[in-house]
Amino acid sequence: MSAGDGNLGAGGQNRMARIRERYGVLRRRGDAIWARRYARLAIVLVAAAAVILFPYLFQPGSTFLFDLVEAVAFVVMALGLNVVVGFAGLLDLGYVAFFAIGAYTIGWFGSGFFAYVNHTKGIHILTSGLASTLPGIHINLTAGRQGITPIDPGQLPGLNPFDPLNLRPWYWVALGMVAIVLLVNVRLRDSRLGRAWVALREDEVAAASMGVPLVKTKLMAYATGAAFGGMSGAFIASYLNTVNADQFAFSFSIFVLAMVILGGLGSIWGVVLGAIVLSFINTWLIPSVIPNLSSKIGIKVDLTSLSYGIFGFLLVIMMVLRPQGLLPERRRKLEFVEHVGTGPTDMSAERV
Amino acid sequence: MTSARTPAAGTEPAEQPSEDALLSAQDVSKSFGGLLAVSDVTFSIPERGIVSMIGPNGAGKTTFFNMLTGLYRPTSGVISFRGRDITRMRPDRITALGIARTFQNIRLFGTMTALENVLVGEHARMRAGLIGSILRPPRVRREERSAHEKAQELLGYVGLPASVMGLLAVNLSYGDQRRVEIARALASDPSLLLLDEPTAGMNADESARLVAFMRQLRDERGVAILLIEHDMKVVMEVSERVTVLDHGEKIAEGKPQTVAGDPRVVEAYLGKRGGTE
Repeated sequence: MSAGDGNLGAGGQNRMARIRERYGVLRRRGDAIWARRYARLAIVLVAAAAVILFPYLFQPGSTFLFDLVEAVAFVVMALGLNVVVGFAGLLDLGYVAFFAIGAYTIGWFGSGFFAYVNHTKGIHILTSGLASTLPGIHINLTAGRQGITPIDPGQLPGLNPFDPLNLRPWYWVALGMVAIVLLVNVRLRDSRLGRAWVALREDEVAAASMGVPLVKTKLMAYATGAAFGGMSGAFIASYLNTVNADQFAFSFSIFVLAMVILGGLGSIWGVVLGAIVLSFINTWLIPSVIPNLSSKIGIKVDLTSLSYGIFGFLLVIMMVLRPQGLLPERRRKLEFVEHVGTGPTDMSAERV
Repeated sequence: MTSARTPAAGTEPAEQPSEDALLSAQDVSKSFGGLLAVSDVTFSIPERGIVSMIGPNGAGKTTFFNMLTGLYRPTSGVISFRGRDITRMRPDRITALGIARTFQNIRLFGTMTALENVLVGEHARMRAGLIGSILRPPRVRREERSAHEKAQELLGYVGLPASVMGLLAVNLSYGDQRRVEIARALASDPSLLLLDEPTAGMNADESARLVAFMRQLRDERGVAILLIEHDMKVVMEVSERVTVLDHGEKIAEGKPQTVAGDPRVVEAYLGKRGGTE
């Protein structure tokens, strides 16, 4: 700040020149800030346009587009889980439950499910054919492995028709959900609540002593995550045109968790990347690229049934080579690489 | 037992904490399993007072602190703050009522900046919830802005140079970390500040400055201070009243000079002369 102070005795003119020079520097710096802001705005607008227009590069019913829509839905889910796992540092292995709730909700209300139930003069709940052979009233809310299908596609003005041959409207709806969940992530990260989550993650005792209510603050993270899990569950059920019990396996929670970890816990863009990468490995690399390549050299390799093994292997590799994730978040990087914040800042234990 | 006992010896009938006390603890005990860490301590802190608690290591001072702030629940006894029973209250509720603390081993949030640490301290004084944080209506924006201003002001108040306010807490010097911890505690607008060995690791000069700062806090902000301290010079200089704990029991209480001359206190610190009474 006081670079010019040493030259105070060098005469008024000299000093004026310095002041002018410094003012010039400041003004140029101010201009630079504005220029950077405009540049950023321009980049955001171009990127948004590119993302919105992206499906026009493909046939409206192409397989790639089909996988892409699913990947975008997974981005919503992973960003929801990111609030729980990445921001608040809580392990959430029951995430699939909210996915299921969302999916069944759209299944029940977006199909003839209840009408169908009434039509057969019995309410079936439970999950298998066994129930219907027993006397009495059965309520079958999940429709078992056959699932609830078909589900009516949504109706949105300007975006019709939603059908399997034109996947663009689906893509745009998923993109809209991503926009919402991105906003929620960014806003929460830099808020009273976001700070409380970081504090909790680092030191629960200190956080509670600073006035952060532990249970309430954690529940808010779970609730936010659950909301987006349910949202994308409803979307995917409607998109795949079916809800069935097999979709909601425990491994699904792990799959979404792997996306968050792969991308970088707490890192918003990292999680977006992680979700897209893992989703495409699941829908494209394993079932189509690997078999195709291997058949070219004359062997038939089908790893579809091993996909969870592959994800596990990928995670192990990540943990060894880059535990902070693909695009690490600043704080998490400190935690993973320099082991900061994994306990009291002082090394000695708290005496009681 | 010696006959030269202070008025507050543990064997006397429990005294009543004065009515106008800011905080009072009545016969508070805490045992961990079979170990009695704090035994029937009655204690009070007057409004705007600076009182100290001393005693050898393991005497139960920090345990007592942790009960006042809700981290531990007393096995028996009642603690009240401004006439409200806080004995079984959660730590965050107690903080919201106006008790703040620092830790013996600095417990800043290492991956947060100095400023963010103080912002966490303001948590109890802010309102923004989940929806408000997402939608950021003008009310929330205003609150955030004034929270930032307050945090900066507090960090300046404790003497942290503006140039390091944006540094991560782990990268701060030891002295600055102590400062940030005090600023973080002050951020919740406490009327009672509990300092757990704040001069640990400080040299004589820094300790002297802290003493002046504690007085300044009391005079300018009306904060009462409870100090756990090993540095006798600091204790003697700043305290209006000193309470001595040994083996979980209160063995003496009174003006610093009186307590320092108490044979039981000398014994607790230096051991019995010649090993016999």
